[in-house]
Amino acid sequence: MTYLPNIIFTLMFALGVGIFTRNILKIRSNILLGKDVDRSDQAGRRWGQMIRVALGQSKMVVRPVAGIMHIIVYVGFILINIELLEIVIDGILGTHRIFAPYLGSFYDVVIGTFEILAALVLLAVVVFWIRRNVIRLQRFIKPEMEGWPKKDADLILYFEVVLMFLFLSMNATDALLQQANYPHYAQAGFFPVSSYLMPLYNGFSLDTIVLLERSFWWLHIAGILVFLNYLYFSKHLHILLAFPNTYYANLNPAGQFRNNAAVSKEVQLMMDPDADPYAADTEETAEPDSFGASDVTDLSWVQLLNAYTCTECGRCTSECPANQTGKKLSPRKIMMDTRDRVEEVGKQISAKGDNFESDGKKLLDDYISREELWACTSCNACVQACPIGIDPLSIIMDMRQYLVMEQSAAPTELNNMMSNIENNGAPWPFNNQDRLLWANEA
Amino acid sequence: MAQCVAAGEKPEFLFWVGCAGSFDDRAKKITKAFVKILNKAGVSFAVLGAEESCTGDPAKRAGNEFLFQMQAMTNIEVMNAYEITKVVTTCPHCFNTLKNEYPELGGNYDVIHHTQLLKQLLEDQKITVEGGTFQGKRITYHDPCYLGRANQIYEAPREIIQKLDAELVEMKSCKSRGLCCGAGGAQMFKEAEKGDKEINIERTEQALETTPDYVAAACPFCNTMMSDGVKNKEMEGKIPVLDIAELIATAEDL
Repeated sequence: MTYLPNIIFTLMFALGVGIFTRNILKIRSNILLGKDVDRSDQAGRRWGQMIRVALGQSKMVVRPVAGIMHIIVYVGFILINIELLEIVIDGILGTHRIFAPYLGSFYDVVIGTFEILAALVLLAVVVFWIRRNVIRLQRFIKPEMEGWPKKDADLILYFEVVLMFLFLSMNATDALLQQANYPHYAQAGFFPVSSYLMPLYNGFSLDTIVLLERSFWWLHIAGILVFLNYLYFSKHLHILLAFPNTYYANLNPAGQFRNNAAVSKEVQLMMDPDADPYAADTEETAEPDSFGASDVTDLSWVQLLNAYTCTECGRCTSECPANQTGKKLSPRKIMMDTRDRVEEVGKQISAKGDNFESDGKKLLDDYISREELWACTSCNACVQACPIGIDPLSIIMDMRQYLVMEQSAAPTELNNMMSNIENNGAPWPFNNQDRLLWANEA
Repeated sequence: MAQCVAAGEKPEFLFWVGCAGSFDDRAKKITKAFVKILNKAGVSFAVLGAEESCTGDPAKRAGNEFLFQMQAMTNIEVMNAYEITKVVTTCPHCFNTLKNEYPELGGNYDVIHHTQLLKQLLEDQKITVEGGTFQGKRITYHDPCYLGRANQIYEAPREIIQKLDAELVEMKSCKSRGLCCGAGGAQMFKEAEKGDKEINIERTEQALETTPDYVAAACPFCNTMMSDGVKNKEMEGKIPVLDIAELIATAEDL
């Protein structure tokens, strides 16, 4: 009987981590539905980018209030999770605060620091909640945030409040038991914050306090495991995916758009006077890929990773010139739609096996409208604004490519512009021979 | 360029004029101002004239990769035939495409934007602008997306404005957070989607908030959009929208 808690803990922990691992693998296979693109180059620069942008949060502080608050939650989250290591070992072995004897007085420093961080996290979370629900900042109440995205954002904040409260209460009751020299609760830790919670629990009998302490302890770790598995259903995946996402992000100048190599081959063939137009056909038996993207499987795995990484913070949308002037385009929505669609496709593949046949829906039109795509000025403000290296612009451009090259569905004025380029080598209907007229006007 | 080759000369720069710089009446003034400066500074350059063709930028941004690559490969064939090494252009869209998107298609050149060359000429004292027309004037500078965010060139144009002894005043969104003029991504050639405001009006309002004497731009398309915006606000004639090259040419009284 004495080992029952250990066994229950171990099973609970294994279950939590197990389901989480399964979900991560599902995400991985969904991401790999995307087309291959080589990002194995320049490892040094990539590590540097990851350390600066993801670990160092360099782009978060462009907006100082949100940035600094976020750093508090981020540092708090990482450091308090060190405590998690102790909790897990205690849980499995049935010990209590196993690190304390080894760390001595340093243990007090560590626990004290965690408590102060926990209080700061609580403060930051309250500020975040006020920004979303009282001040109602523009970027948090855009149309694409209605429904689940809004609830998701609030839920995460509530989760963090509950977890921090459980953590501090666990320490408060522990400290009370330590004061009473209760067996099994050795003197360990320094409780600068939870000491304010102690009066809350002081009136109870020692046995009740033990029960409370155990409850807080169990609820805290169970809450963390639930949160871990909540990630999959939430925008909160960024806490993990921000790292690979910044590592694999584009390193080229932002103005350099992807070169479509399949097109190069055709153009070269067309321009080569020695090319035999009939020779090419016999070699190519496979159906050529379509140009551009109409669905998530036409996008690259980096673009799909981008979609899963998006935290829906809306910095992209708030910097977007089209969105600022009331157009339908929202770069955040492009990312949210891409994720929703790849989830949908992933579900159907796991239901029907590898021979996935389209459900008749596509990312284009069923999720992202043409009006959104044509409103983009390709100014790169969204790409610049993203704190974790997401590139909504590349998806917009790939989808435009599909519209123009597969459907010839450009707006009329753009078709005119393009036929001008084709006919006179300029987007306007001028005679190319007149290119030098300015020189005579001087 | 053809004449230079015929005469056995090898100019240092190919000046890529661009479609706007060749055909658009407003942008032609920028072309002429830049050429006057180049001549004054004794820079050897040539243009392709009728052998130049659209870089393909608007076609690519509109989604027509095929047309873009046709244009690119044709232009590359011409430039490689002339053994071009250095290119300078007054248009950030041409600049970006030539510099970043031509190499993969076989066109490798040292491409610079005219603001970079002008800054160099000022530093080398090939031209001088101090104490000219713009002394003490308030000038606000609009960052073209394809020069700034796309290629990280924020300082060259600003240094030039400061060299004019003018007061550089920044708009509320500038440099890496600069607001687009609304013309990029082939928007120049179409009506905007339905919304509650035109982008160039929004940007012009930001510019006017700085109570400038002049609005400076470094892109023919931005110039058009900002000029239209200023016109819309009925400030035409009061607040000129000038290219960096025009600022220098005016200061030097060329």
